[in-house]
Amino acid sequence: MARRHKSVLPGFSLTLGYTLLYLSLIVLIPLAAVFLKSAELSPAEFWKVVSAPRVVASYKVSFGLSLAAAAINSVFGLLLAWSLVRYSFPGKKLVDALVDLPFALPTAVAGIALTALYASNGWLGKLLETPGPFIGSLLAALWLRLGGTEQAAESLSGACVEALAGWGVKVAYTPLGILVALIFIGLPFVVRTVQPILEDLDMELEEAAASLGAQRWQTFYRVLLPILLPALLTGFALAFARAVGEYGSVIFIAGNTPLVSEITPLIIITKLEQYDYVGATAVAAVMLLLSFVLLLLINVLQAWSGQRIRRGRG
Amino acid sequence: MRALSFPLYLSLLAFLALPVRAELSLLNVSYDVSRELYKDINPAFAAEWQARKQARIEINQSHGGSSKQALSVAAGLEADVVTMNQSPDIDILVERGALVAADWKRRFPHGSAPYTTVSVFLVRKGNPKGIKDWADLARPGISVIVPNPKTSGNGRYTYLAAWGQALQKNGNNAAEAQKFVAALFKNVPVLDGGGRGATTTFTQRDIGDVLVTFENEAALIADELGDERFEVVYPALTIEAAAPVAIVDKVVDKRGTREAATAYLNFLFSPAGQQIIARHHFRPRDPAVLRQYAAHFPAVRTFTVESALGGWAAVQKTHFADGGIYDQIVEHP
Repeated sequence: MARRHKSVLPGFSLTLGYTLLYLSLIVLIPLAAVFLKSAELSPAEFWKVVSAPRVVASYKVSFGLSLAAAAINSVFGLLLAWSLVRYSFPGKKLVDALVDLPFALPTAVAGIALTALYASNGWLGKLLETPGPFIGSLLAALWLRLGGTEQAAESLSGACVEALAGWGVKVAYTPLGILVALIFIGLPFVVRTVQPILEDLDMELEEAAASLGAQRWQTFYRVLLPILLPALLTGFALAFARAVGEYGSVIFIAGNTPLVSEITPLIIITKLEQYDYVGATAVAAVMLLLSFVLLLLINVLQAWSGQRIRRGRG
Repeated sequence: MRALSFPLYLSLLAFLALPVRAELSLLNVSYDVSRELYKDINPAFAAEWQARKQARIEINQSHGGSSKQALSVAAGLEADVVTMNQSPDIDILVERGALVAADWKRRFPHGSAPYTTVSVFLVRKGNPKGIKDWADLARPGISVIVPNPKTSGNGRYTYLAAWGQALQKNGNNAAEAQKFVAALFKNVPVLDGGGRGATTTFTQRDIGDVLVTFENEAALIADELGDERFEVVYPALTIEAAAPVAIVDKVVDKRGTREAATAYLNFLFSPAGQQIIARHHFRPRDPAVLRQYAAHFPAVRTFTVESALGGWAAVQKTHFADGGIYDQIVEHP
């Protein structure tokens, strides 16, 4: 019988039509406008704009640091989600709510707060840039507690200041500062995608693994991680996408030094400031393309890991 | 059958008539730092208009980065007047859709700029690094805070001030000027997006030995943070930045607000308007008002983009366009 295969669920064409229309209106048409506008440039001009040294340096900063921030968030976000799901402790609800704060905060506020904290005169920045005095006085206090003489304590702290001179790390106004800001804004994504999966995960699975003789590490690596991986990858992708597009918070902490700490969105803004619409859309088009390719890769990876679980179960 | 009942007709008519009966309003699209100024100008003008015309007028404001604001107007934001901090942001409205008449600079006195300001140095109290003039900013070991010339009008003026005075000092030798400006920008550790950001970096983060900014911003810092932490240094020669204003012809003709818009901008040039301007630390054009506030505005030798650098179009092309001199300086330090 030459009958078309039909889905059991009704309304396929209606929902597909709606999906395509909605996606087109909200996503595709605005993005197509970017590509159309940038097409006003000849290919040679386009290439010249998007491959200028400053622009290329900004891709490295934006994409490199966004990937790094998403990776760091994947590890620590998983840990956070784990302790929120598996343990109960006083103030758990509060901690849970705190996770969402980077979502709600205007990004400029985050940028200003982080800069104030990590600048050379901010209290974290001071500590990180010149750790000597702090560690020295800590050691000296410890020495006194242990019954040492005051003179020895003083020379101990002095030696510490000397030994650690030049060992500090500058965070604000360096690429490291950008990384801090991107980690901050990306944190909720990983936690919130992994959390529900962890909540659904039966403790019995781990108990079964243990009773079958699995080590703790093996249980994590062979039982838990494969189940968590798809959600973890989604969180990674979301955190990455958010970080690539981030402007407000980064701009305050980056220092914006050409070739060192300029992010691609800043390059786009500078072009707009000079009324160079076409140049701005050219860079935006490259950024979109790179983001799309990376997100697609992550999606493929996710599909693959999802399949592996299903196959493993079946 | 009657389609509409009589009361319904009436209310429909009333509704249609509403926009006509609404009171006169103007939209002034302006740059960021003028917010406080126009907060004082607008009620003063409205009072004057009320006294003269026996009619109410409402002035609405929109503030933001100067170039971004210009782009919004070009894209259709219905501004009756634009009040910017550099003329390219009005020229763009001539180019895009001929929203503003090409001769806008001749419509009002003083090249249609009711006030000016100059680029000055703000240093830490006691001037510990002994910064007296531009040459000191290029000295090794001096840290200079300047907003990004690519994103900020304030930064552009600073760059051009450094360039223009170096040209004068070196007998118009552009290569020497470039060398000087390159040395200066090598001393810039942070390029903030805008003038206010640079102020924060200098005053709150304690970064830098000197902040180059507009006189009005420096005065505001002294007002806000007290005089005991900073002092202003006037270089021997600096740039004068005029703040241009214009009527958006296409919009006022459509909305029928030309008379009010013209009166509004004229008010800026009137003695009353100039008084308010001077109180906000902008240099007034009116010589009498300037004399009255002479203590706030020390005499200083200045040049303008038009007088010394060949106008904005040329400056934009040689200095700030992609691959221009500014890019060369920062990309090959």
